[in-house]
Formats: sequence, structure tokens, C-alpha cells
Amino acid sequence: MITTKRGRALGALAATAVIGITLAGCSGGGTTSGTDSADAGGEYTFWDPYPQYDETSAWAKVIDSCATEAGVTVKRTAYDTSDLTSKALLAGQQSSSPDVLLIDNPVISTLAEAGILTTTDENGLDVSAVAPNLISAGEVDGNTYGVPIGANTLALYYNPEVLKAAGVDIASVTDWASLTSALEKVTASGKKGITFSGIGTEEGSFQFLPWFWGSGAELTELDSSEAQSAVQLWTDWVTKGYAPNSVINNTQTTSWEEFLTGDFAFAENGTWQKAGAAEAGYEVIPIPAADGGAAPAPTGGEFLSIPVQKDSARYAASQKIVACLTDTDNLVATDNSLNYIAPTEAAQQAQLAEDATLEPWIDAVGAAQGRTGDNLGTDYPVISEQLWTAVQASLTGSQSAADALAAAQSAASAGLTK
Amino acid sequence: MTATETRSGSAARGRGRGAAGPEPVAPAAGAAPRRRRLKGHWAGWAFAAPVVIYLLVFYAYPLVRNLELSFRDYTVRSFIDGTAPFAGFDNYIAVLSDATFAPALLNTTLFTLVSIVFQYSLGLALAVFFFRRFPLSGTLRALFLVPWLLPLLVSASTWSWMLNSDSGVVNSFLEAFGIGQVNWLTSPQFSLISVIVANIWIGIPFNLVILYSGLQSIPEEVYEAASIDGANGWQKFWRITFPLLRPVSAITVLLGLVYTLKVFDIIWIMTKGGPGSSSTTFAIWSYRLGFGSALPDLSPAAAVGNLLIVIALVFGFIYIRAQRRLDPS
Repeated sequence: MITTKRGRALGALAATAVIGITLAGCSGGGTTSGTDSADAGGEYTFWDPYPQYDETSAWAKVIDSCATEAGVTVKRTAYDTSDLTSKALLAGQQSSSPDVLLIDNPVISTLAEAGILTTTDENGLDVSAVAPNLISAGEVDGNTYGVPIGANTLALYYNPEVLKAAGVDIASVTDWASLTSALEKVTASGKKGITFSGIGTEEGSFQFLPWFWGSGAELTELDSSEAQSAVQLWTDWVTKGYAPNSVINNTQTTSWEEFLTGDFAFAENGTWQKAGAAEAGYEVIPIPAADGGAAPAPTGGEFLSIPVQKDSARYAASQKIVACLTDTDNLVATDNSLNYIAPTEAAQQAQLAEDATLEPWIDAVGAAQGRTGDNLGTDYPVISEQLWTAVQASLTGSQSAADALAAAQSAASAGLTK
Repeated sequence: MTATETRSGSAARGRGRGAAGPEPVAPAAGAAPRRRRLKGHWAGWAFAAPVVIYLLVFYAYPLVRNLELSFRDYTVRSFIDGTAPFAGFDNYIAVLSDATFAPALLNTTLFTLVSIVFQYSLGLALAVFFFRRFPLSGTLRALFLVPWLLPLLVSASTWSWMLNSDSGVVNSFLEAFGIGQVNWLTSPQFSLISVIVANIWIGIPFNLVILYSGLQSIPEEVYEAASIDGANGWQKFWRITFPLLRPVSAITVLLGLVYTLKVFDIIWIMTKGGPGSSSTTFAIWSYRLGFGSALPDLSPAAAVGNLLIVIALVFGFIYIRAQRRLDPS
């Protein structure tokens, strides 16, 4: 844990310097940034956020076989998703980054900003097959910093029984107005309308974005009239009782638990719930935009990236491992087990051939866009924080939608010029 | 128990002073004893070294590092390459002039004071109640310890389920009395109250246990003498129990203050400091700045953390002063 920089600071204190060197020595021993093993095999490190897969899992075996193909061995370490970001930053600070890093897509721009990741020009990865809307989360200032392993996104699940009892035909739900009138009918029939997650974290922004983008609003202008209409839509649902008050504090998991009670007509949730939804008899449509059509939902999912190493000769083998993991066969196998939609056209077709129910999801992923795209990069976290704050202020009634968004825009501008 | 500790502590200090007393005489005694003393010092340091190193590495260094973080302008990039420019008090000024500062200060103050007042008074009332032994008092007292034994994650999650707006047991209970839905966790008016109530519930056992053990150190004869003088129960409490319990009360309240100032898990699990910033305390704010979004704002987060440390330190000094006045020896 003790970094070289920390070690230097400790040097002033003779007693602790000994400890510093010892610990730095330990952490050095665990890394692979040494100069040996550049071309002829050697051990490569691989970090991912999938602690649920142990070394006997198909995922671990795919990594091993790709490493064997590249003529090296791989030491894989799995971290918790939120833990991996700080681990990756710390490792970058210590110049002990892993050779291959699989990490949540909004973090890519932060790590690229920190100078930890190599571009595809430097490492030689071919990303031409990846859908442009999916690769955009990995692009900063014209450079691409990784390749998506798969994508998930949000869509609107519905409970056919509740809709039938309320006399709502799902085919009639095509835009905001028809969705709201469906919610009205369901509420009148004694059931509950819709549940989503409006919590004051990134999850809240993630869930709000399909409505925000579906209104035609842009993240660079939070106080536009389109943005107001989106915040007003959610606020009206809560004040009219179409959505429960608990959405203000709901995570996506608690929101899904509410939906599983069977009382709700609709739930906004992600690709990762599709297996459970199918079992419970729920179906899915893309989230409608204000004036009809599918709204762009934000993409989730991880990117494979190749962090900067002292020895640039290591990139060749890392690149081979990543290319192997993202070839069509491996992508399909991996994405099926992760409940992801593949990022390339060929792999999507292969997934669809195996499971025709994936069609609405492939459409949703096709319409989706990256949160850090449009070259927002590290501006996104600043804007997102103001966005979820404004949504919460409006949902609780402490500010009107217009006031909350105006405050959010000025706070975001202040935060970005800092 | 604390009083004894402090007293034996000051006795040890006294002894230390006594041992240091003859030192000025020592140089006159010649070179050989001095060398022996020097050798003795080295041995002493060698024995103390593990503790000293432990304190430096795990206490002094993080504190210094946190100060450094707050006086420099760290971004993700400068965190990696170590080129953060010195920013002086800029981070502190930014934090103090932030729109979140005033509400966070108010929330921290309310959260801490209200929690302490109720934890202490309810803890004391229960301690006095259980001090009069009656059948099943031991079992009941043990039951009151449950909040303390439960992991915070469990109790905070349970509270947040109970206080859920639509399906919580508290609201369905209120509904039975014709009171409409109260948005405990999702309205800016109630969210702070809800986390304070949960925190009081969690803090009562700690106060109960410490004050109960304090009661046992009050000699029985004082009460007997008061009974002979015709004092009633109320007078006995205010004139005997409360004054004699003062040293224990002081340490209980101080420890409570330090614990409560930095309470994080309960608030984070129940409301995430929201909605908006209606239940954001300094601890929550610091976490939000440092780890709440994908782009860490490490320097202001460290500044808020340091403010918290300073506040806790101020109360520590107040306690030491009060302790000196109580115990002039």
C-alpha cells in the first residue's frame, strides 16, 4: 500500500523509512512492470470487477486460453466494482498498473485524464467492429482508450397482468403522453403505476438520463425547457401518485424489489434483470421518447483497457489477450453469461440467433449512448451530480423543476470552470 | 472506572516527574554512568520502537498526509504524477464558501447535539431504572444492549425499511390512527429527524452501560444517610446520583460527541445524505466529495475531514480542562 511517493515522504523519518522500503518492496514484488519477460512469455496481470467468478468459471477459463494463445500466463484478480476505481488510481500512482484492466465505462475518461491508460494507437487494438455509440464512452479528445466487453442499458419492463386488468394495451404506449395516461388508468384500477430509482447518487442520474435525453435535452445545457419537461414528467408522476414516493430513495435493486411485488405496471430497469423478469412473466419495451420512438438510454458495462507500463514491449501480448477476448465467439459466450448485449454487429446477430427474446434489448442498446460521450469525459461526473441533485429537489417539492435545473446549471458551470 | 484511570494516569505522570527530578545532578557523576544511561536509553527506545513506529505509520503519517492533501490542489492527474501545486487555504476557503457548508454545519450540529441529549438522558434514566434490581432486570437490561450488538449495516437497513414511505411499518401504524403518509426518508423536512432517531436508538446502550457502571461506584452509605435525613427519590437523584456521576457523565458525553460527529454509515445507508443535502453532515459531505462521483475531489474532501478533526479536538480540550477543574490534584 505504501507508494513510492509516500515512501519518499517517509524518508525524512529514519525509523519509518525502513518500513516504507519494506512495504514498497512487497508491493513491487506483486507487480509485473519488471523488464524481464518482454517477448518470451511471462506473467501478465488482469484486473476485473467480477468477483462472483472464481478460477473454475467459464470467464476465468476464457482468459486463460486467450493468454495461452498469446504465449503468456495471466494472473487474474477480481475486485468489487466501486473498489476497482480507487485500486486502479492507486496502482497508477505507484506505476504498478495491471497489464489488462476491465473497468466500468464511465471511469475510462477519469483514468484517461489521469494518464493511466494507453490509446488504441499506442497499443494497436482494432476497435473498428464496435458500434460507434458504444465505443464513444471510451473516447476522449479523439483518442480511444479501450474496447467494450459488452453493454447493458435500461428499458421499460411491464407486468402484462396489471395492464390487462386496467384495460391498457401495451401497443398504445409509444410516447410520454400515452405512457402517462396508461399510468393513470392503472392507478385508477387500484394498482400502482411505475417504479424507478431517483436516488441521490450516480444511479439516480443513470435512471433519469433516458427521460432527459428522450426530451431532446443535452447534458451541456441542464436548464433547457426540454430538461424541465423531463424533470416535470417524473415530478408529476410522484405528486399524482403514479409513482411511489419511495422512488426518491430507491436504488435500482430496491426499485426492482418493488416491481417484483406484482403491484406495479411498469418498472425502469436494466438488462441484468432480464432473466428474472422472464421467469416472473414480465415483458419489456424500449423507453419511449417524449414524442415517440425509443429514447436513448445510457450504456452500462465494462471496457477492456491496457494501462501504461514502463516496458512498452508488454503491450503486444496484452493486445493479443484483449483481441482474443473480444473476438466474436468469446464475446457471445461472455456476454451471454454476463447478461450483456455484445458490442459488435456480428456478435449481436449470433446472440439473437440463440435467443430471439433479446430483440428489444438489441434495439435499446442500438439507441443507447455513452454518458461520457460527446467528448464530455471528466465533465460528466460534475454535471451528473448536479443533475441528480436537481431531480431530487424537484421530486421532494423543495424547488420547482425550473429553479432546480437553473441552480444545477449554474453549479455545474462553476464546477467546470474551477 | 474512567475516574480511576485518569487518577492512576496522573499518578504515573507524577512518578515520571519524580524520576526525572535527579537528572540535572547526573552530569556531575562522571562519564561511565552516563554511558550506561545512554545505553539504557537505547534499550528503552528499542522497546518503545514498535509502538512509536506503529503510531507514526498508522496515526501521524495519515494525519500529515491528509493535511498535505488539503493544502494542495489534487486532481486525478496530479494524484498520479505527484505534481499537485501548493494551494494554501484555497481548499478551505472553497469549502467554507460552498453552498453545502451552512446546511452541513447546521445538520452536523443538530445531529450531534440532539443525539447526545437524548442518548444521555434516556441512557441515564434506564441506568437508574435498572440499578434498582427487580425480577428480570438482568434480562431486560441485556435486551437493551441489542442495538449495540447488531452490525450498523443491519440496524440502519432495518430502520430504512421501517421508515419506507409506502410500505414501511411505521407509516402503516400511523395510518391505523388516521395519520396520512409521512415521507420519513424522502422529504427534506423529515430525513434529518429520521436519521437522528435511528442514531439515538443505536447510542442508548453505550450510555446505559457506562452510566450503569458509574452508578455502582457511588457508595451505598451516602444514600442511606440521605434516607435518614428524609430525602425523597427526586432529591436523591439530583443531589447525590447526578453530582457524583459527573466524571463518568463527562467522559460519556465526550465519547458520544466524538462518535456522533463522525457517524457515517447510518446516514449513508438510510438517506445517502439526501434528499438534496437535507441530511448531509460533514462526514457525509467529505465522503461525497472524495468518493461520491467518478471524479474524486480529494483536496476539498480532505479539508472537510480536517475540519471535523478540529471540531472533535476542540471538544477534547474542553473535556481536559473540565477534568482538571474536577480533579485539581
